[in-house]
Amino acid sequence: MSTTVETTTEIRPFEVEIRQEEIDDLRRRLATARWPGKELVEDPSQGVQLATLKAIADYWAKNYDFGRLEARLNALPQFTTEIDGLEIHFIHVRSQHEGALPLIITHGWPGSVIEMLDVIGPLTDPTAHGGDAADAFDVVIPSIPGYGFSSEPTEVGWNPGRVGQAWVELMGRLGYTRYVAQGGDQGAGVTDAMGRLAPEGLLGVHFNFLGAAPRELLMAALNLRLAWSADEREQFSKFLAVAMRGYIAEMGEHPQTIGYPLLDSPIGLAAWMLDHDADSYEKISRAFLDGQPSGNLTRDNVLDNITLYWLTGTATSAARLYWEFAQAAPAALKHPPPHVSLPVAYTTFPGELFQAPRHWVKQAYHNLIYFNEADKGGHFAAWEEPEVFAGEMRAAFKSLRTKGGPS
Amino acid sequence: MSVETSTRPAGAVADAAIRPFRVEFPEGEIDDLRKRIEATRWPEQETVADASQGVQLATMKELVRYWGTEYDFGRLEARLNAFPQFITEVDGLDIHFIHARSPHENALPIIITHGWPGSIIEMLNVIGPLSDPTAYGGDAADAFDVVVPSMPGYGFSGKPTGAGWDPVHIARAWIALMKRLGYTRYVAQGGDWGAQITDVMGAEAPPELLGIHSNMPGTVPPEISKVLASHVLGAGEPPPSGLSPDEQRAYERLNFLFTKGLGYSQEMGLRPQTLYGLADSPVALAAWMLDHDALSLEDIAAAFDGNPVGNLTRDEVLDNITMTWLTNTGMSSGRLYWENTLGFFDIKGTTVPAAVSVFPRELYQAPRSWAEKAYPNLIYFNEVDEGNHFAAWQEPEIFTNELRAAFRSLRNGGRSS
Repeated sequence: MSTTVETTTEIRPFEVEIRQEEIDDLRRRLATARWPGKELVEDPSQGVQLATLKAIADYWAKNYDFGRLEARLNALPQFTTEIDGLEIHFIHVRSQHEGALPLIITHGWPGSVIEMLDVIGPLTDPTAHGGDAADAFDVVIPSIPGYGFSSEPTEVGWNPGRVGQAWVELMGRLGYTRYVAQGGDQGAGVTDAMGRLAPEGLLGVHFNFLGAAPRELLMAALNLRLAWSADEREQFSKFLAVAMRGYIAEMGEHPQTIGYPLLDSPIGLAAWMLDHDADSYEKISRAFLDGQPSGNLTRDNVLDNITLYWLTGTATSAARLYWEFAQAAPAALKHPPPHVSLPVAYTTFPGELFQAPRHWVKQAYHNLIYFNEADKGGHFAAWEEPEVFAGEMRAAFKSLRTKGGPS
Repeated sequence: MSVETSTRPAGAVADAAIRPFRVEFPEGEIDDLRKRIEATRWPEQETVADASQGVQLATMKELVRYWGTEYDFGRLEARLNAFPQFITEVDGLDIHFIHARSPHENALPIIITHGWPGSIIEMLNVIGPLSDPTAYGGDAADAFDVVVPSMPGYGFSGKPTGAGWDPVHIARAWIALMKRLGYTRYVAQGGDWGAQITDVMGAEAPPELLGIHSNMPGTVPPEISKVLASHVLGAGEPPPSGLSPDEQRAYERLNFLFTKGLGYSQEMGLRPQTLYGLADSPVALAAWMLDHDALSLEDIAAAFDGNPVGNLTRDEVLDNITMTWLTNTGMSSGRLYWENTLGFFDIKGTTVPAAVSVFPRELYQAPRSWAEKAYPNLIYFNEVDEGNHFAAWQEPEIFTNELRAAFRSLRNGGRSS
């Protein structure tokens, strides 16, 4: 890493290089995996089922092409640059169309840049994907600190808000004076923070998850309690259930403790990453057990992501984002950050953890310029349904393209 | 390993058989464990200078170094086989137990139940003093016949293959076990899950159960439990008012636990089957088992720093982890959290005579005022000077003295109701 002041804003090209011995070690660990007994139930109510995980480990060791991860990533222009003391890795694909709208997309957990690889084409090169040149984007896809090829923070404080600040710096460094931002999961938290910062040049944001404004959601929900429909009550209980998830509790409290299995055991890592939500688990499980993936959530795509976590050894540092979030959350509740006055666009996906009704989103973000309920797709919207996701980006940001800047 | 699952046809006589048991670990499994320890792949160091992100890297590195290079893998088998061990089938599941009868006549039978992440290893150093007091500076009149079972899914007991082995089921199995051993009057003791099971036994109140003792009593009044539970989400109801100083202290300790210390139990309670690392990775299992509560972690970390607190030495800690590894019970033991429907610290409705010892570094210090309400027949209450959550394990002498004092009044005759 550079230590001189002059070079700290330097942007360096980056290529992934995976060492064969690390792949050999991973294969050896998979071959010698020691298994627990089968769960005591016939459904996923105790967690990741033994048959599912065995199918994953089997495919991973025997059929998965370990070369594809490197090839897929290196097919894209990748860079690193130092921001706030950390090396930030990002994919940066410029559109060949003039007037393309720059877009920064932030992944979540247990995701990575892998989630976004198949939306890059449709977004940057719409004419090659049945779209219109007027809908072109320049796409920036960074790895959150502690994830993938970004470096791991060695100090506390890298909460979603600080990541958002780093993204503002990144977009500025790339010379973008007008851009938009998008995120789901933890990426929604980062994107929300960017919206609250409202830096010059940020025209608007899009979310596919309503997670970064728990206070406002609670307020919104509670204020409307009397008028609640059955569906709203259902969505609210789903929202509360998110906060009760075991993985959130554990990673929020003791990421280091769960970090040991995630670094030492590939099956430990795979199971932990699979157990995010019931909808995506069921879909991924079906991909491995029945060979019937949902959309683009194929065996290989799923294993690209898990393999990335394994080979970069970043599962513990990735988990720490939840700890950071838990540290920052009480202060955010006491001293709410400024409202997002920027234009906000929102897409609800049917398989997401909960389906935020339009007026919840409207309560959280007053300047809601776009709201749509997509027909298919779950928590990993961009990953599972890249075409639908790209279509949402086009529609969501269309009205912001003609303006000279934020009003 | 010589844990056999029963292949005998079901039948009353065969079911009731009590088979002697000895531990035998195949050398190949120890070699495999050593290889995995050597091949440990590490995360980076935590980003804080304390245990607030979980078990610290330095602690785990020293544990793994000691485990792989200095720990004597023969000691576990030798320690266990020094005790008479048996297996008997209860409700279709093999139950393993140590059964040490006292050389003294009229010894009081006691069944002691361990917790998570513990095992019978916690109890090994109290068996001698309890069953043979005169050999340990005690009085023959304080002798116990000691029964220490492994809970289903733990150690050498069978692993349930279907749902339903919750603490209430285990309590009923223990009542059946004591009956099968021919005891017509006995007492029960427990901490952690063992405390829940023992409280439930006290609520079931079979006539032969003279009384119970707990070192993690369920005493929290329902209105306080409700406030604590509401804090799991990070917000919730305001703290209760009008508490006495010791009640206030208990509330604060519990509130810390509910807001900052239940991640492991949330995960095992909701998704025990997701923790595959516990079966596949020794370092994962060890870290998970160390991270029970802040104070016991502090004591165990001190042991690996060369400063053990009480009997909680490196070897003792590794005996427990090694046994869990070799029996591959990391996941099956965690399922008890999934099975459980009781509030950890709630009042369980014990009606038999009850004794309570309060250890200063336990998860919370039960105030006498709460204990008196939780146990209508409270015969003994004492606050001791040393000891954490693993009372028997860390402070076997104090624990032994507590049991002698706690049950002294029950030795003469049957239960007065």
